[in-house]
Amino acid sequence: MRLEGKGLIDRARPVSFHFDGRRYEGFAGDTLASALLANGVRMVARSFKYHRPRGVMTAGSEEPNALVTVGRGAAQEPNLRATTVEVHEGLWAQSQNRWPTLGLDLLAVNDVFAPFLGAGFYYKTFMWPRAFWERVYEPLIRRAAGLGALSGDACEDSYERAHAHCDVLVIGAGPAGLMAARAAAEAGADVILAEEDTRLGGRLLAETEEVDGLAGVDWVDEIAAELAAMPNVRIMTRTAVTGVYDGGTYGALERLAPDIAARGHAPKGCFWRIVARRTVLAAGALERAIAFPNNDRPGVMMAGAVRAYVNRWGAAPGQSTVVFGNNDSAHRTVADLQAAGVHVAALVDARPYARCDLDVPFYPGAQVCGTGGRRGLEAVTLATTKGEDRIAADCLAVSGGWNPTVHLACHMGARPTWDAARQAFLPPADAVPGMRVAGAAAGAFSTLACLESGLNEGAAAAVDLGFRAPDMAAPSAGKATYDIFPLWQVPGRGRAWLDFQNDVTVKDVVQAATENFRSVEHMKRYTTQGMAPDQGKNSNVAALAVLAEASGQGIAETGTTTFRPPYVPVPIAAMGAGGKGKGFAPERRTTSHAESIARGAPMIEAGLWYRPSYFPQKAETHWRQSCDREVAMVRGSVGICDVSTLGKIDVQGPDAARFLDFVYTNMFSTLKVGRVRYGLMLREDGHVMDDGTCARLGESHFILTTTTAAAGQVMRHLEFVAQVLRPEWDVRIVSVTEQWAQFAVAGPQARMLLNGMLDAPIDDAGFPYMACGAVGLGGVAARLFRISFSGEHAYEIAVPARYGAALFGALVKRAEDMGGGAYGLEALNVLRIEKGFITHAEIHGRVTAYDIGMQGMMSAKKDFVGKAAATRPGLMDPERERMVGLKPVGAVKELLAGAHIFDEHAEAVSDNDQGYVTSACYSPTLGHVIGIGFLRRGPERMGERVRVVDHLRKSETVCEVTPLVAFDPEGGRLRG
Amino acid sequence: MRFSGLRVLKEGLTGNKGWQAHWRDAIPKPEYDVIIIGGGGHGLSTAYYLAKRHGITNVAVLEKGYLGGGNVGRNTTIVRANYFLPGNSEFYSHSLKLWEGLEEDLNYNVMHSQRGQIVLFHSDGQRDAIARRGNAMINRGDDAELLSVAQLKRMVPYLDYDQPRFPIHGGLLQRRAGTARHDAVAWGYARGASNRGVDLIQNCEVTGIDIQNGRVRGVQTTRGAIRARKLAIVVAGRSSQVAAMAGMRLPIESHVLQAFVTEGLKPCIDHVISFGMGHFYISQSDKGGLVFGGDLDMYASYAARGNLPIVEHVMEAGMTLMPMIGNARVLRSWGGIMDMSPDGSPIIDHSGIEGLYLNCGWCYGGFKAVPGSGDALAHLIATDRPHPAATRFRLDRFRTGWGLMDEEGTGAQHNLH
Amino acid sequence: MRLGCPICGERDRREFYYQGAALPRPEGEVWAPEWDDYIHNRDNLPGATRDLWQHEQGCGAWLIVTRNTVTHEVLGVALATEAGA
Repeated sequence: MRLEGKGLIDRARPVSFHFDGRRYEGFAGDTLASALLANGVRMVARSFKYHRPRGVMTAGSEEPNALVTVGRGAAQEPNLRATTVEVHEGLWAQSQNRWPTLGLDLLAVNDVFAPFLGAGFYYKTFMWPRAFWERVYEPLIRRAAGLGALSGDACEDSYERAHAHCDVLVIGAGPAGLMAARAAAEAGADVILAEEDTRLGGRLLAETEEVDGLAGVDWVDEIAAELAAMPNVRIMTRTAVTGVYDGGTYGALERLAPDIAARGHAPKGCFWRIVARRTVLAAGALERAIAFPNNDRPGVMMAGAVRAYVNRWGAAPGQSTVVFGNNDSAHRTVADLQAAGVHVAALVDARPYARCDLDVPFYPGAQVCGTGGRRGLEAVTLATTKGEDRIAADCLAVSGGWNPTVHLACHMGARPTWDAARQAFLPPADAVPGMRVAGAAAGAFSTLACLESGLNEGAAAAVDLGFRAPDMAAPSAGKATYDIFPLWQVPGRGRAWLDFQNDVTVKDVVQAATENFRSVEHMKRYTTQGMAPDQGKNSNVAALAVLAEASGQGIAETGTTTFRPPYVPVPIAAMGAGGKGKGFAPERRTTSHAESIARGAPMIEAGLWYRPSYFPQKAETHWRQSCDREVAMVRGSVGICDVSTLGKIDVQGPDAARFLDFVYTNMFSTLKVGRVRYGLMLREDGHVMDDGTCARLGESHFILTTTTAAAGQVMRHLEFVAQVLRPEWDVRIVSVTEQWAQFAVAGPQARMLLNGMLDAPIDDAGFPYMACGAVGLGGVAARLFRISFSGEHAYEIAVPARYGAALFGALVKRAEDMGGGAYGLEALNVLRIEKGFITHAEIHGRVTAYDIGMQGMMSAKKDFVGKAAATRPGLMDPERERMVGLKPVGAVKELLAGAHIFDEHAEAVSDNDQGYVTSACYSPTLGHVIGIGFLRRGPERMGERVRVVDHLRKSETVCEVTPLVAFDPEGGRLRG
Repeated sequence: MRFSGLRVLKEGLTGNKGWQAHWRDAIPKPEYDVIIIGGGGHGLSTAYYLAKRHGITNVAVLEKGYLGGGNVGRNTTIVRANYFLPGNSEFYSHSLKLWEGLEEDLNYNVMHSQRGQIVLFHSDGQRDAIARRGNAMINRGDDAELLSVAQLKRMVPYLDYDQPRFPIHGGLLQRRAGTARHDAVAWGYARGASNRGVDLIQNCEVTGIDIQNGRVRGVQTTRGAIRARKLAIVVAGRSSQVAAMAGMRLPIESHVLQAFVTEGLKPCIDHVISFGMGHFYISQSDKGGLVFGGDLDMYASYAARGNLPIVEHVMEAGMTLMPMIGNARVLRSWGGIMDMSPDGSPIIDHSGIEGLYLNCGWCYGGFKAVPGSGDALAHLIATDRPHPAATRFRLDRFRTGWGLMDEEGTGAQHNLH
Repeated sequence: MRLGCPICGERDRREFYYQGAALPRPEGEVWAPEWDDYIHNRDNLPGATRDLWQHEQGCGAWLIVTRNTVTHEVLGVALATEAGA
């Protein structure tokens, strides 16, 4: 029912929206909850387990009952709190977790079976017959469980992420937060004021209190305008601080107003990482319920929420209200309702000593012990000093006291402390470095106390940072004392709810204690108390009070469960903003990328890089045709391949040579200038880290290459060695991978091709195998290396990256003129397998130099990284799986990497496992399949026949163990 | 009291007044045959199998907090047996077989759900490595299937097959893998052990280990001294701290691992999905929450909480792999302390001090190991010989280099496994 | 978490690579218990610890970070070239 003349809604801007398919009218400024209440809609949801009818209970993000699904299709958002959904034109909301409709929900039958569905019942049954769990019980449970549904389509909502920095972050913009922000800003600090709500003011928006002689709302407008005018203040509304992290880092979720978010280009919100030197937590307090029988009917609400609906939204939750409380909040509720012209049927105050100066039927020392009504509250039963009384009412406003919102103060692991006077947990002292707590969050429950506390803490935060204390005084305001009479539960017939959302009742908690789930964590986990979307914000304190009583301990001894981020749920799309699709990781492209694509090459991922797989020619329909041709081309004439993705690291300094001696197993100080050497690097644990070539460009200047995959790791490792292990050496290291484009020119005609392009031709005497040097290419200074990963006479030529695209085009064109062309990764792989060269398929992190037959490269003349560890007996054991070549010799000519190797006649089971295949291909050069694998005592078993089995792909091959190098074992072609 | 559907029915009809404690809270006796330090999953299952298989019931489990309050109560509940290196392979295979009979054995529904786990691969190289793994699983007698993209599209249509940064080339499916209700596993073992006479002692922190002449004599605790001939340290992330009381320095570094759960949702993810390229894994609990996690925070930590960089990375991985979960909202995040070993594999072994046994190094794979680990440690304690499925979980493998189990191939850097 | 790089100033944790405990590398070239301790064994006690980090996404400096592993409080950051492991 809408109340005339009340509230902060904009009556000039009516909006229509849909709930469960029906059209309703509301106003700008309404939440879905306030608009539904104004339209007389009381039942908005069903509970999780028993599917009980439920109505709006609170007026904030802590709402346990009124969860709805908003939007349709890919934009569908489940589990939104109707209390925070802003009503806007076209809003489409639906109830959830009911079938077929909210009014007629067949799963409400669960409520009838409630006696069999108590705490933890599922741990005791559904065990027989065994196969029924996956087939029958679990599917049924899964379908019944869950709340709202995802659409199943890719989420289209876009979010952003951003960083912000400030001197003082103020969390919450109620009276305390406003004063804290004002004080810190006045002192000169950079302030961020973050408020979860759509507007500043906090409880002042919901109460009828005066501040500084003004209506609370008017005072808020005044101070908000002052803050907005200060250049050192940033006001962030609709921004919930969700988590506290190390180093003064806070996570915060900002939602955009629905009218802005509706614009096509606008994001839906932003996930902020706010770094603050100091923080004032002014998050207020949450009112708590009282567990009396059937306290969950639509119409039973928190008293503070009733005031909020009346005062802020001009919506009366009922025609006739009973107010029940154990503190003065109840009295204030009666006064506000009466002032708004809403009938109050009774004021029930559990405090026996309470007095009342309002004109209302007053029941001191009484309790509500039951409710009636089918789909909503119709009557309230009281237990008074004179007996039971039944009063007709459609709204019951309840206040069981206030819980300071201590969550953020506890995110770093500290536990709140129990305060008997306030019957509440207060934030622990110094629990978060740099954080102060102000206002109701710190247990200051009067408006004046909040204002003063905010002023003090805001000023103190600024002073901490060296700012001068502001010359300010707190405005005048109400100074009511907080008087509370502990009341957690009311005995009586029927179930009394604690956790409304998860349907946890007092009986469940008592039963848990009986079954020895007496630790508060055990109780939580056994009953699911506090595990619902509100994370127990409405119920945890009451539940542990019930547990304390049931287990005979005090509340303080019982303690709380752990407070964990986020304070309010955060969409995965918000914290993962930008990660969708290709946004997940950077894309690195070589200078030949465009040319490769133009030539039709499929590009595949190599780490973060993209590399061409093969270069298809007309009439080639299968990758193997292209690959075989490219291999033959390299072996027969000349091929061009972009190898720029290999890491290139420039090492310089007087100690460069001894440095490389230390990081490689083999010797580099003996390498002549103008020569290249293959090098092997170990990790300090004695296993192979990476391999590559290292060229000596000058006496104290080297350039080394790494594999594509390990470039980053090797760079970091070299810096580690230089800075941590050998800081006294004078050596500098820089990655130049992206500064140089590098291309392999491989094949018998490689030199001929190059000599057609180089400013000065080369010959074998001046540029033998493993030579390197500076060359000119049309005046461009280039580097030439005579190295080969194909076994052919080959070079790699490097130019500054800006010439890469041009050089690649020129090289490929010349190669084509000579009967060659570009080749891709597939051919590169075949060429290297034919030669027994290794990649990370072989050096996969578990192999030693010994395993790959390179123990001879471990120099005895010097120390090097990994030397000591590599001598462990287990790493030199001949029984190890060691690298060999494989060649199918049976009827099946197939070999698959990933297959396991067994003795020829052994059963293919683990106990007989002798090794595995790491690389395999069809060799067009040899005309048959070849492979590389690791085999126990491999090098000792040359010529032996082994069984190679791939169960997954149902492949089985008999292979002969062969030397690693299948083609040109003498290496004559390299030098030719 | 035996649990059954009939019992639930009978209690429901009579006001649920007959339920009894699931386990006894024991008061420490002056002496036990065996003391197990740590009332988590591994400690409780060790006590259970000591009693059940070896008839050793004069056993105390000492827990500094509440039973099941460590990693067994704080994980992503995945149960699988998909390792490929000798040692891990036979052990996890054995553990999975124990899971498959656990409900009947414990008379406790731990909701072990063999819904299948799919490990995705994104390149030929990854396919080859995964094929090696899958073949090792079948060699071991476990199940594994290589899935094509077409098969994946039928089973898990919601993955992004169209615009991903790392295209999906296929997956490895283990149908017998799945999830279980983590807390119930601890409680079920606690109840089973307690029923067989084991003393479960909560709020009892070990403050010292008594060693005389090279052999264990007992422990000092916050509830007094307790004597024992045999003592097992089963404390996961706290292993180094407790072992230091015996003068030992372990090959363990403690790290924080975060995990996440969303608000309840109607069923949308029916399997366990693992996305190695993004260090991301996810399943949906029976209650409806999406339960997922990622990599370590990467710095040594004893704080059971983490920081935003990994949180955000995990969310990004979820968005690139399965953008349909974008509108699911993270309800809770948590962190646990992982006992990271140098090769990423565990240790179940003698300590070198007579009567002192170690069980640690589970990294972030300890949950699925709970039955196997308890069985193996109980066997070791009872017989002083390693269990046949755990002969390779030796402490000295790092020193000797024999039998290292570095499944990831990342080397002896504790946080890289 | 934020670390104060002595060269670049205070930066977010995501710019840094973490390696592990900062320990001196043994001298010998033959496997010995010191090597086992260096590579594998750790004190790993709750409280203050000396870790090796690299400002990988910044200046590349390797850092010795003194840190409390229980509270995550950063107690000090020094250049490895100056402080030594």
